[in-house]
Amino acid sequence: MSQQPPMIQITNLSKAYGKNTVLHDISLDVPQGGSVALIGPSGSGKSTLLRCINLLEEPSAGSIRVDSQVMEFGPRSQRPGGARLAGFRAETGMVFQSFNLFPNMTVIENVMAGPLYVKHVPRDAARAQALELLDRVGMAHKADVSPSNLSGGQKQRVAIARALAMQPKVMLFDEATSALDPQLVGEVLGVMRDLAAAGMTMVVVTHEMAFARDVADTVVFMSGGYVVEKGPAHDVIENPQEDRTKEFLRHFHVGRN
Amino acid sequence: MSYQWDFGLVWHYAPLLGTGIEYTLGLTVVTSVIGMVIGTCLALCQQSRMWFISVPLGMVSEVFRCTPSLVQLIWCYYALPIVLGITLSPMSAALLALSIYGGVFYGEIFRAGLRSIDPGQWDGARALGMTSWTMMRRVILPQVLRRMVGPMVSQTVLQLKNTSLVSVVTVPDLVYQGQMVASATYRPLEVYTTIAILYFLILFPLTQLSRLLERRWA
Repeated sequence: MSQQPPMIQITNLSKAYGKNTVLHDISLDVPQGGSVALIGPSGSGKSTLLRCINLLEEPSAGSIRVDSQVMEFGPRSQRPGGARLAGFRAETGMVFQSFNLFPNMTVIENVMAGPLYVKHVPRDAARAQALELLDRVGMAHKADVSPSNLSGGQKQRVAIARALAMQPKVMLFDEATSALDPQLVGEVLGVMRDLAAAGMTMVVVTHEMAFARDVADTVVFMSGGYVVEKGPAHDVIENPQEDRTKEFLRHFHVGRN
Repeated sequence: MSYQWDFGLVWHYAPLLGTGIEYTLGLTVVTSVIGMVIGTCLALCQQSRMWFISVPLGMVSEVFRCTPSLVQLIWCYYALPIVLGITLSPMSAALLALSIYGGVFYGEIFRAGLRSIDPGQWDGARALGMTSWTMMRRVILPQVLRRMVGPMVSQTVLQLKNTSLVSVVTVPDLVYQGQMVASATYRPLEVYTTIAILYFLILFPLTQLSRLLERRWA
């Protein structure tokens, strides 16, 4: 049986701001089609790790491979130039806590922005694809309105469509539901659930423990910039081994379904 | 008070004031355009992570921000030619001083505009794989430019009024021409009243236009 190489491979990754080290020597593999949930208290480094995967934060040391592109960091490695960084990021989609839709564009223009301005896809094709994606996230009826007229949940679904429009190899979610009113969380989690089911490789920073348990196949618990515990999602959430994981999970009431 | 106002004599010299208006408007347009170019470069360079570019430029712009434009103008006209061993016509000195002076302030407006954009916009654009240039052109600038209209117009209004300083180095702008007319007619009160009205008539529509644009883009 030939072992398929992981889609995302993080090796000995560290990140420091001056003397303050926020990620310590982290290694993590995500298989093709896998979904990993990063959980942990705020300040544990989980968002920083996620932002390192598409190089919005530049790691201080270590290497990151996404599919066939490898980036090395450290004193002996040259810092990647702008074009190289852009090319790397174009293959990873990212969804942010604060949506970050472009207010100077309509909903559909947001979704077309990547294909049009990065991949230079013809406008007609970009538009057709954007409509299809908006339909997939249930937002096709809002294609021509300004993002400012949408609810948080709607904005986040558009942001997901915008990231998908680049046909990324992996999707990164940075607390995608943390800024939403409780009754709007479900619609966004639903879209994420569908994506995972469709075989998208995903890394999700989340405070939704039920979602981590039910949708992710692996859960990684981080604290103080270290990976404290990682394992199959159900095991880590229901039966944590490490004291710090137990302590953290005690703050959550994870309903059964 | 028995001063007899007499604008008739001023009217007689209207063509002289007309020339003054042409110089004032011409200087404003040219120094504003050059100033905006300088300002854009300053703002973008000061964003630069390379300190040997951003620090010296920051210092130069502070020198121009913290000295009066009249002093800069006189310095450019009298001192700069000696320092560089060249001759500068009054017009060249005026263009030079006013363009840089304007540029420094346009630069500040532009910088404040860039800073006012939510950092998430940069993240969003980068995450899609945009290069710096594409991000600026498609995401950041369209948002910055709308916010900048008001301050840019205010600065251009100041820029136009600042052109009155060039009369000191004998460039025949509206004020300089006014001085000529005043000394020819011995009617300074009428002449300066006329000049004030002319400045107002030029600038008032401009400030109203900017109000309109701001309301439309708000």
